[in-house]
Amino acid sequence: MSKNPEDIKVILATDCGSTTTKAILIMYVDGEYRLIVRGEAPTTVEAPFEDVTMGVLNAVTEVEELARRKFVGANDQIMRPCEGEKGCDIYISTSSAGGGLQMMVAGVVKSMTAKSAEHAALGAGAIVMDAIASNDKRLPHEQIERIRQLRPDMILLSGGIDGGTVSHVVELAELISAADPKPRLGIGYQLPVIYAGNVGARENVKEILDEKVDLRIVDNIRPVLEEENLKPAREMIHNLFMEHVMAQAPGYKKLMSWADAPIMPTPGAVGAIMKRVADEEDIQVLGVDIGGATTDVFSVFKNPSYNDLKPEHESENPRTIFNRTVSANLGMSYSISNVFKEAGLANIMRWVPYDLDEVELRNQVKNKMVRPTTIPQAMSTLIFEQALAREALRLAFIQHCNFATTLKGVQKQRTISEAFEQVDSDTIVDLMGLDILIGSGGVLSHAPRRSQGAMMLLDAFQPQGFTTLAVDSIFMMPQLGVLSTIHPKAATEVFHKDCLIYLGTSVSPAGTTKPGGSVGHYHIQTEDGEVHEGELKFGEMKKFDLAVGKKATISFSPSRSFDIGAGGGKKVEKEVYGGVVGIILDGRGRPIEIPMDKQERVEALTKWLLALNVYPESALIKE
Amino acid sequence: MGHIYTPGLKVTEYTKIMKKRILPLKGEIVAKVGDKVKPTDVVAKTDLPGNVEQMNIANLLGCDAEDLKYFMLVKEGDKITDGQIVARNKGIFSTGLFKTSVKAPFEGSIESISPVTGNVLFRALPIPIEATAYVEGEVTEIIPDEGAIITTHATFIQGIFGIGGERFGEIIVLTKDNTGDLTEEMVKEEHRGKVIVCGRKITSGAYRKAISIGVKAIVAGGVDDRDLRQILGYDIGVAITGSEDVYTAIVTTEGFGEIPMAQRTFEILKKFEGKGASVNGATQIRAGVIRPEIVIAQSEPPAGFTPEGTEETIGLSIGSQVRVIRYPYFGKIGKVTALPPELRVLESESKARVLEVEFDEGARAIVPRANVETIENF
Repeated sequence: MSKNPEDIKVILATDCGSTTTKAILIMYVDGEYRLIVRGEAPTTVEAPFEDVTMGVLNAVTEVEELARRKFVGANDQIMRPCEGEKGCDIYISTSSAGGGLQMMVAGVVKSMTAKSAEHAALGAGAIVMDAIASNDKRLPHEQIERIRQLRPDMILLSGGIDGGTVSHVVELAELISAADPKPRLGIGYQLPVIYAGNVGARENVKEILDEKVDLRIVDNIRPVLEEENLKPAREMIHNLFMEHVMAQAPGYKKLMSWADAPIMPTPGAVGAIMKRVADEEDIQVLGVDIGGATTDVFSVFKNPSYNDLKPEHESENPRTIFNRTVSANLGMSYSISNVFKEAGLANIMRWVPYDLDEVELRNQVKNKMVRPTTIPQAMSTLIFEQALAREALRLAFIQHCNFATTLKGVQKQRTISEAFEQVDSDTIVDLMGLDILIGSGGVLSHAPRRSQGAMMLLDAFQPQGFTTLAVDSIFMMPQLGVLSTIHPKAATEVFHKDCLIYLGTSVSPAGTTKPGGSVGHYHIQTEDGEVHEGELKFGEMKKFDLAVGKKATISFSPSRSFDIGAGGGKKVEKEVYGGVVGIILDGRGRPIEIPMDKQERVEALTKWLLALNVYPESALIKE
Repeated sequence: MGHIYTPGLKVTEYTKIMKKRILPLKGEIVAKVGDKVKPTDVVAKTDLPGNVEQMNIANLLGCDAEDLKYFMLVKEGDKITDGQIVARNKGIFSTGLFKTSVKAPFEGSIESISPVTGNVLFRALPIPIEATAYVEGEVTEIIPDEGAIITTHATFIQGIFGIGGERFGEIIVLTKDNTGDLTEEMVKEEHRGKVIVCGRKITSGAYRKAISIGVKAIVAGGVDDRDLRQILGYDIGVAITGSEDVYTAIVTTEGFGEIPMAQRTFEILKKFEGKGASVNGATQIRAGVIRPEIVIAQSEPPAGFTPEGTEETIGLSIGSQVRVIRYPYFGKIGKVTALPPELRVLESESKARVLEVEFDEGARAIVPRANVETIENF
């Protein structure tokens, strides 16, 4: 993109999703970039249309009508540059239509090179259909059968550090060769396979695979045990995504010719904006997008080994680490039954402040699965659905924590208690250091009360210390992600001003004590001079109003068994921002302990839900 | 006469149906255009590549991978028989004593011999597979090397959820109306090979007995998810079904729980009792929706059938008959009495477009439009 960022005043961006194409118009108005309008239309990748640009033009037409500007020219093309009330300065797009980018990865050791390959693929925005590894406990014929069944868009083959094992890598290449995999799209073209493993095995891999697949060779993803070099593989994935996958999908050649920047896979673009914001503001970010079928979790946390190793080599040893995981079968409609199955009834019901009949609940869940577009009419249905959402989010987050770890294979001492924890103790997810938690997806963004979104985030992720809570209003992170690659200022401005709805700040001391014991003392002073102070008791939740954009200074002195960020019993003072919910003091301790006794549980839940005004009182008190 | 629930969920007495019968790999097409076929007739066949087994023969013989070629008695592409000696070393100190030999694990061929890893890949004999016609009809198109299209005129009923793949059997209706449940004692030995229809719910006892007797399929209004779990031994997580290891397929026409089959659907099935039905329980509720189905081939339009309007779905309007598909009125049927255009706040405090409905027993309720299905007769 050669255009000078200062000359970009009118930006049109689309996201071609699997069902809906969303267009947004961003303009430079009164010295800042703002979202002006948005439009949407059904995606037109599938028959009978089979041309993605039709849906794009329909969505843009809606933007035209709302903004009273003309974007589509006589030749059905997006007009550029902007002239008066016509056209835009840049047009950009992301895409997850047609199932997005589906990949298979392979590596020698499941927790090492195969995992690095998974990191690269997920970070590039792919869905990882399977990770084959020499030690994944499957027999070779089972692995071959699996590769043959999958029909991915491309395969990323890694394995061995440079100068390390050759035979294991060659074995993997032999498996791929024996399976003779065919690509998902485009009969008659060869499946792209990226080799990003031991340089010493390149020639052998070439010999085995060169004639059967479209082989591309890039630098080793794991040149030494202590380093992950994901960039070359990620770039190759993007190139192949454009060259093969996009070029095969109907209408994409035309769309690519319209766009001023390469079309990015939707989740890859979300990662780009999150990383941009985290890096620019030096904050740690956790984001979740819970959909009907899948739940994506994104995070940007500080690299724990950044200071220990060559800080000058930012590319091999970055300051922050971006991770993304896709929980393919955790979602609120198509996959709702799987959430029920994975979480179990008891885990779901611990969030419901009364009893419900199991047979009835099971049928309700399955009926939602077969009729995914229905909405909760009764308050009890909403409460149950939000309980399911908490579990879907919790399970997706556990998967994320176990994936977002420091590099395996680097020697490290571990305590016995760490070895028995459900979450991998090598995780880089630092809930105490987390600055902002962003929720997205209908159940969070469109909950009837904003406090419901905040409560679901608190219960599922259990953030510690001071954490800003927000929801993405209309899921425009994808478009902002691709925009961030060519106009970072516009992207971050719109991200803060129009994309996020700030819910407020949670203050959650970590630790535990006896019921009714003291968690600590708080002192809140708002910029308007209002003061709240008192003691937070264990098992208690409090909420104070603080409007969006307003600031307050909170000083929290935890008791000895609690930590608010500076260590057990140490006071922390922090300036926080308000939101539509306000300031939430969460005295439930970490991890949250829900009473096992039914009556105590109902009492505790009712108390918490009423404190935050999550549901009307009449809905919580059941006969 | 036919009627439609949600768009795409069809219940029609007589319609033209085209079924694409495709092989998973390229193969031989047995049928030709114009052939009259029965559901079990084979229209195309092919061989799936056999399973492979990998053996590290270099390790077994105690030699380097690159030297393996000197000990192999067969080469890549060679046919092998079960137990055939494929490699042998020269024994201890090349004396010929204590020779180690390696036998082929099965009949097939040698896929590859690796000088890097010492692995030898054996491929078993191809597995023959066939594509049957599934429905009674006529072959109207051949897709070269891939399969055929069978065209038929039939009664076509789509269900909402099912399990088990394709089945064929004679229809037998076991409940007197659409509100009767299928109980264990109703399923009898004489129902072996049949497609049983019941009105409301399949009980777990009835389903177990149907499996033990060898009933081909059961069509019912609903089933309890708990019973389904007990029978399958696991919870269905994602709505992609069709490959369950059960003899008796299930098609539910309305959903989960105690929900009577729509009156018209029941009447149609009752009308064609004794006729052969092709039933498929396969369901997929994401991208490229697949609904379970019942296809009853008809040589001519059934008596009283009028073809007008069979392809159209009429929109929601005042007077439309609807069924509520979400709690608290789940399963109730009524007539639309008002369609207010503005968003209304529901009990859950969500804002949604709603309609007012008068149920059959006279009570009225406000229901979100997203939570109803229209039942339109034509």
